[in-house]
Amino acid sequence: MDALDLARWQFGVTTVYHFLFVPLTIGLGIFVAGLQTAWHRTGQYRYLTLTKFFGKLFLINFAMGVVTGIVQEFQFGMNWSEYSTFVGDVFGAPLALEALLAFFLESTFLGLWIFGWERLPKRIHLACIWAAAIGSNLSAYFILAANAWMKHPVGYEVVGGRARMTDLWAVLTNSTALAQVPHVIAAAFVVAGGFVIAVSGYRILRERRLAADRGATVPLTRAARGRVSGTADPAMWRTSLRAALVMTAIAGAVVAGSGDMSGQLLSEQQPMKLAAAEGLRHDEKGAPFSPLPGLEVPKVLSLLAAHDPNAEVQGIDDIQRRYESRFGPGDYQPNLPVVFWSFRVMVGFGLTTVGLSVLGLWATRRRRGTPEWFARVCLLALPLPTLAMVAGWLLSEIGRQPWTVQGELLTAASVSPGVALSEVAISLAIFTVLYGVLALAEAKLLVRHIKAGPEPVGPSPGPDLPDDAGAEAAPLVPTLMY
Amino acid sequence: MELTTVWFVVIAFLWTGYFVLEGFDFGVGALLPLLSRSEDERRQLLATIGPVWDGNEVWLITAVGAMFAAFPAWYSGLLSGFYLPLVMVLVSLIVRGVALEWRGKVEARERALCDAGIVTGSVATAFLWGAIFGNLLYGTTQATVLGGALSLALAVLHGAVFVALKTAGPLRSRARRAALAVAVVALPVAIVALPALPSAGQDGADWTSHPLLWAAAVAAMVALAAAVALIWRHREGWAFTATAASIVLATGALFGRLWHAPLPGLTVAEAASGPYTLGILTWIGLIALPFVLAYQGWTYWVFRRRVTA
Ligand code: HDD
Ligand code: HEM
Ligand code: HEM
Repeated sequence: MDALDLARWQFGVTTVYHFLFVPLTIGLGIFVAGLQTAWHRTGQYRYLTLTKFFGKLFLINFAMGVVTGIVQEFQFGMNWSEYSTFVGDVFGAPLALEALLAFFLESTFLGLWIFGWERLPKRIHLACIWAAAIGSNLSAYFILAANAWMKHPVGYEVVGGRARMTDLWAVLTNSTALAQVPHVIAAAFVVAGGFVIAVSGYRILRERRLAADRGATVPLTRAARGRVSGTADPAMWRTSLRAALVMTAIAGAVVAGSGDMSGQLLSEQQPMKLAAAEGLRHDEKGAPFSPLPGLEVPKVLSLLAAHDPNAEVQGIDDIQRRYESRFGPGDYQPNLPVVFWSFRVMVGFGLTTVGLSVLGLWATRRRRGTPEWFARVCLLALPLPTLAMVAGWLLSEIGRQPWTVQGELLTAASVSPGVALSEVAISLAIFTVLYGVLALAEAKLLVRHIKAGPEPVGPSPGPDLPDDAGAEAAPLVPTLMY
Repeated sequence: MELTTVWFVVIAFLWTGYFVLEGFDFGVGALLPLLSRSEDERRQLLATIGPVWDGNEVWLITAVGAMFAAFPAWYSGLLSGFYLPLVMVLVSLIVRGVALEWRGKVEARERALCDAGIVTGSVATAFLWGAIFGNLLYGTTQATVLGGALSLALAVLHGAVFVALKTAGPLRSRARRAALAVAVVALPVAIVALPALPSAGQDGADWTSHPLLWAAAVAAMVALAAAVALIWRHREGWAFTATAASIVLATGALFGRLWHAPLPGLTVAEAASGPYTLGILTWIGLIALPFVLAYQGWTYWVFRRRVTA
C-alpha cells in the first residue's frame, strides 16, 4: 500500500457514496415538482399529500448529497494535486460553471421552497421547486461533461506540461458527454423511479395489513379516490406507483439507447475498456458476446460495438501491444474481473428494473387494483437499479485505468506528491467511519418516515373546488421543516 | 485590468461573500445553546438561517471551483498543502449540514445530538478557516491560533448581531447582550490580529509599502468598534452592516496580501490558467453573477420579517 492506493480507495469510496444520493436528488426533485404541479392543476389533496411525503424523503436525502459533494470538490486538490494542476485549465471550467450556474440555483430555490409554503404566492412557490430541480439536472450536465473529458479529451492542447483549453464548446459538446449525460441522467430517473415504486409498494402492503387488522377491506380502485382526506386515501399509493412506473419505463428506454451509444464510442475512444468488459483477448472479426462465462452468442459484440455483425473488435492483448509501442512500456490493462462483472451487473440489473416497470404497468392497468404479488415485487426496485448504477460507475472509472485522462495522464502521475501516506490513511479512516454512521442514520430516518406515512394536510376540498382553492387553504398546510 | 487580476479579484470577492454570509450562519450555530432556553426558541433561532445557509455555502463551493478553473496551481497547492486541516473542515461542514437539515425530521430525543452537531460544526469551521489562512501567511503556531481566534470571534459577533436583527422577543434582547459580551473578546483579538495582516511576509511591517492594506486593516478595526457602539444603542441594522463591513475589509486585506504570493514561492501569474479559459469564464461570470446576486438577494427580501416564537 502506498499513498496512491489509498488515494484511489478514498476517491472510489467518497465518489460512490456521493453518487448514492445524487440520483435521488436528480430524479426525485423532478418527481416532487411534478406532484406539486398536479396538485395545482387539480386541487386534489391526494397530490399535496404525496408532494409533502416524497418532498420530505427528498430533503433527507438532499442533505447527504450536499455535504458529500463538498468533499468531492476538495478532493481533487487534496489527493490529486498533479492531476488538478495539469487539467485545471480545462477540467476546472465546467466545475466552476456547475457551481455558478447550477448549485446556486439549486440551493437557493430549495431554501425558498422549504420555507416558502405560507409565504410565497402559490405559483411562485411551485416555480421554486422546478428551479431547484432544474438546477440539479444542470449540475449533472456540467460534472458529466468534465468526467467525459477524462475519457475522451477534446478542445485542448498541452503547453508547458499543462493542458490548455482551446475550445469550451468542444468540451461541452464532447461526443462522449452527449452519450454519457443522457445515460447517467436517465439512469438517475430509473433509480429514483425505483425508489418511489418500492416505497409505494411497501405502503400498499402496509395499508392492507392495517386495514385487515381493522377488519375492513381497502378499495384500491380509481373509484375510491377523491373525497376522503389525503391520508386516509390508500388509493393514492396507486397514483404514485403508476407515475413512477411510467417514469422508470421511459427513462429505461433512454438508458438503453444511450448505453448503446456509449458502447459504440468505447470501441473508438476507449477500446481497452470495451475489451475488458467483454474479456476479449485478441482482435476479432464478428466477435461473439458472452452474457455469462461459458455462454457465447456469435457476432453480438461486433454488433454492439459497431452495429455491424462482422466488424473487427480489438482485444486486450493486442491493445496492450499497441499501447506499449505508442506510450512506452507499462501495464495498460484495468482490473479485468471487476470491469467484466460490473458491466454485466449494470446491464442485467438495470434492464431487470426496466422490465419490472413494464410488467407493473400491465399488472396495474386501468381500473385494476395492485395485485399483492406485484406489490411485493416492487420492493426489488430499490436495490436493483442502485446496484446497476454503482456497477456502471465502476465500469466507467476502473475501466479507464491506468489513465486518469485517457492517453494523456496516468493515474500514478496524478496523485499529490507532498501528501504523506499517514495523512491519506487518517482521512480515509475518518471518512469511512463518518460515512458509515451517516448512512445508517439516513437509512433509519427514511425507514421511519416511510413507515409513519404522510402527515394529514387538511380536509379534502372535493373535486368541484375552483383551481386556486389551495391558496386559501394554505394556512392549514404545515411547513416541512424545523 | 489583466484577466489574471480580474480573476484574483473575483475569487477574493467570492471568499468575502462566503465569510460574510456563512459568518453569521456559523455565529448563529455557535450561539445556539447560549441564546435559546426552550425548543421553541431553538427553532426560532435556527429559522433565521434555515432558508439561506445552503445558498450561503455555495459561495465557498464557487470560490473553490473558480480557484480550480482560474488558478489550478494555487488550488492544488493550497488544498494538498493543508491536507489534514481541510479534512477537519470537511468533517465539520458535513456534521453541521446534516444536523441542520435533519433536525426537524428526527425524534425529540435525537434533537440534542443534532444541536451538538450544529454547535461543534459551526465553531470548528469558523475557527479552522482563520487558522488555515493565518498559517498560510506566517507559518507559525501563534499566527494559526490568532487567525482562528479572529475568525471565530468575528463570526460569533456577526451572528449575535444577526440574531438581534432577525428575531423578536426575549431572543432579541439576549442576542444583543451576547453581542456586547462577545465584543469584550473580539475587540482585543482584532487589535492584535488585524495589523498583522498587511505586514505578513518578507517585506516587513512598514505601512508605507502597502498603504491600502493598512487602510483596510485599520478600517476593519474601526468598523468593528462602530458595530459595538451601534448594537449598544440598539441600532441593529447598522450594527450588522458594520460587522459585515469589518469582515469585508479584513478579507480584503488578507487577499491583498495573498496577491503578492498566493502560496509561498508561487506567483499569481504562474498559477493562472490560459487567457482563453480566463476570457470565456469572464464572459459567463459577467452574465451569470448578476442573476445569482439578484435571486439570492430576493431570498433575503422574502424572509425579511423578524422571526417570532
Ligand atoms: C450526475 C451527477 C453528478 C455527479 C457525477 C457528481 N455530482 Fe455532485 N451533485 C450532484 C450531481 C452530481 C447534484 C444532484 O447536483 C447534487 C446531489 C445532491 C445535491 O444537493 O446536489 C450534488 C451536490 C454536490 C455539491 C454540493 C452542492 C450544494 O451545496 O448545493 C458539490 C460541491 C458537488 N456535488 C461536487 C461534485 C464533484 C466535484 C463531483 C465529481 C467527482 C461530483 N459532484 C459528482
Ligand atoms: C467528474 C466526475 C469524476 C471525476 C473527475 C473522476 C475522477 C476520478 C479520479 C481522478 C480517480 C482516481 C483514479 C483511481 O482511483 O484509479 C477516479 C477513480 C474512481 N472513480 Fe471517478 N471520477 C468522477 C466521477 C465518478 C463518479 C460519479 C463515480 C461513481 C459514483 C466514480 C467512481 C470512481 C471509482 C469507483 C474510482 C476508483 C477506481 C480505481 O481505484 O481503480 N467516479 N475517478
Ligand atoms: C438502469 C440501468 C443502467 C444504469 C443504472 C446504468 C448506469 C451507468 C452509469 C452510472 C455509468 C457510468 C457513467 C458513464 O460512463 O456513462 C454507466 C456507463 C455505461 N453504461 Fe450503463 N447503466 C444502465 C444500463 C445500461 C445498458 C442497458 C447499457 C448498454 C446497452 C449500458 C452501457 C453502458 C456503457 C457502455 C457504459 C460505459 C461508458 C463509458 O465508460 O464511457 N448501460 N452506466
